[in-house]
Amino acid sequence: MRGRMSSPRLSTACAAVLRRDLTLAWRRRGDIVMPVLYALIVVTLFPFALGPEEALLQRIAGGVVLVTMLLAMLLALDAMFRGDIEDGSLEQLMLSPQPLALMLGTKILAHWITTALPLIVIAPLLAAMLHLPTAVMPVLLYALLLATPLLSLLGAVLVALTAGTRRSGMLLALMLLPLCVPVVIFAAGAVAAAQQGLPWLAPIAWLGAALVMALVLAPLACAAALRIALDA
Amino acid sequence: MTSLSATAPVLLEARALSFHRQDEPVFGPLDFSLHAGEVALVEGNNGSGKTTLLRILAGLLHLDEGELRWRGQPWRRTEHLGDTLFLGHHLGLKADLSARENLAVAAGLYGTRAGRDVPGVLADIGLAGYEDEPVRRLSAGQKKRAALARLLLLPGTLWLLDEPYANLDRTGIELVNRLLAMHATEGGAALVTSHGAVSFLDGEPTRVRMHA
Repeated sequence: MRGRMSSPRLSTACAAVLRRDLTLAWRRRGDIVMPVLYALIVVTLFPFALGPEEALLQRIAGGVVLVTMLLAMLLALDAMFRGDIEDGSLEQLMLSPQPLALMLGTKILAHWITTALPLIVIAPLLAAMLHLPTAVMPVLLYALLLATPLLSLLGAVLVALTAGTRRSGMLLALMLLPLCVPVVIFAAGAVAAAQQGLPWLAPIAWLGAALVMALVLAPLACAAALRIALDA
Repeated sequence: MTSLSATAPVLLEARALSFHRQDEPVFGPLDFSLHAGEVALVEGNNGSGKTTLLRILAGLLHLDEGELRWRGQPWRRTEHLGDTLFLGHHLGLKADLSARENLAVAAGLYGTRAGRDVPGVLADIGLAGYEDEPVRRLSAGQKKRAALARLLLLPGTLWLLDEPYANLDRTGIELVNRLLAMHATEGGAALVTSHGAVSFLDGEPTRVRMHA
């Protein structure tokens, strides 16, 4: 179109947004440590509450680790777009000659890297504390690698929808919990099946399918919701 | 520079523009046009809808009623992206990043004007020596300058500046005027809101009055 100077390539723009969000997260390292610490504390408390009986802990290990991870992620979810709305960065992002959905997708990726990835890294340690058999560990990791981005994407849509409201944290948790249920069922189902020596591929495949769908739709929904949130 | 020849092309044209918030009229109907090389001052009291007008023109708010034309074509939000630079009440700066890092992100999203780079722009804008200081530690005026640096660095024909003079000292105000003059001679256009009495450029700017 006339008068338009060539806008930067999409990859350049994505890299700029990703680098900015990762740098910001690194400058506030304390916020990254919080969910990890939370997960560590919760999982450590279980053996104290239930007693050190190995068979019992083994049976609940997969479920406890998964639920703890998902709840730990909830802690940081609220902040996904808040800073950008408050300081006007979101307006600048929206007015840039870049597809908003992809830019928000990049932001969600950055958020996943800074909140979920540290949790996944300590997951084997937490599972081992509850005597989860080593053979099941890979299945737990597959389940987490699919379930956590799915939760980030679903959460992002809800964060975007509640962006206009003050104190959206409570509303967000209430809206997200029903969406968490299928994710937990499939992820924990895979781990339980692997523990019993049953085929575990089907629930993992369901998680994968849901993730693909969320990858395509969630950024678009976020973009639409945030446009509405600023249009007030 | 504000005495325009009638031959300069019309960039932006508004006809009977009006806006309502929950059935309360905010402003309008408003008619104005903006030529290439023209800087217009949007005048009005607090709450007269100056910011709302700029947000509509930026494409952040939905237009209620009236007609907008951009370069002779009906105005569409997506056509406009990257060609309009918006400076709002929220400066769009990350407090934990330095001015240099903030500008690098903006350049990654919008691109840069030919022949401009981040260090040069920061020196021009009067932030030499503060390039690597987190924006959080800058004064309000310096933050404003860091945001104004975007105007100098990024390409864009239409500038929408909401209270660009706020928080600035004498030299800062002159800086804004210098930026506007430069932009106008390069064929750009700007809409500037202000409720204070500012020594606005030289001569008489075009005025858009929010109240009849």
